[in-house]
Amino acid sequence: MADLKEQIIEQLNLQDVKPEDIGDDQPLFGDGLGLDSIDALELIVLLQQKYKVKLSNAEDGPKIFRSVRTIAEFIESTRIPNA
Amino acid sequence: MKNQYYISAHCSISDNIVRYNNEVVFAGTENDIPGFFLSVYQHLGVKYPKFYKMDNLAKLGWLTAEVLLKDFDKAKYQPTDIGVVLTNANSSLDADKRYYDSMQEIASPALFVYTLPNIVIGEICIRHHFKGENAFYIFDRFNADFIASYVYNLLDIRQLNVCICGWVELLGDEYKAVLFLIEKDGVMPFKTENINKIYNPTQTLSEKEGF
Repeated sequence: MADLKEQIIEQLNLQDVKPEDIGDDQPLFGDGLGLDSIDALELIVLLQQKYKVKLSNAEDGPKIFRSVRTIAEFIESTRIPNA
Repeated sequence: MKNQYYISAHCSISDNIVRYNNEVVFAGTENDIPGFFLSVYQHLGVKYPKFYKMDNLAKLGWLTAEVLLKDFDKAKYQPTDIGVVLTNANSSLDADKRYYDSMQEIASPALFVYTLPNIVIGEICIRHHFKGENAFYIFDRFNADFIASYVYNLLDIRQLNVCICGWVELLGDEYKAVLFLIEKDGVMPFKTENINKIYNPTQTLSEKEGF
């Protein structure tokens, strides 16, 4: 998850944030890290570029992008058939 | 009697120098625009993480407004009393080109949002909670006559009580921003001659058109 945090920081240009500042379960949006809707789109781009993962259902977005852990779990689940 | 409005403050950023009411408040030594803008941001000592996400045009407008408004008491006004009218020559072409380049792979949503010049106004209004009339106009070159007459009308019909207006231009390695704070009180009358003097204190427009 440390790599994923670094990639998120780079993709979203969070220059005041360090990987250790982001808790594994910390909410990424709202009162958590304070990301916005454009950041959500950039996260989708990140998943496509780095992990070749596409969101098939936009309604799953809030659940998948809730925290770094939920993103990591989503990426992992796409690597295991029928997971 | 015709109402009179005043330039209560002005700020310019060009050639690695930030001026507030003609006084140099910061001079950078960087050779690149992003590096210089970052130095100005750090010099101001504000914490505004969204700054890092802005394109260069928005950063230029945001920084110029930040210095322009450092002594402005916005509490005297309602948010809807304060508007922003900006102009430039190249619109958002700098971001447009970068966005076009990003389309070779996956187009960047973060770049896309800056492919309109009025996003500069949005960034300023979000930062300072302004909710008044705003507009961004494109001209071949700096047009003091237009700024003087358009902003005067907005103030005179009571659409606004305060207006931040001026020029925010950036394309490639060239940039220049000059912003004026226009209010009912002040010393320097808000008129074409004074706007031009501030925009170009040492040169005529024909010597350095656009920038």
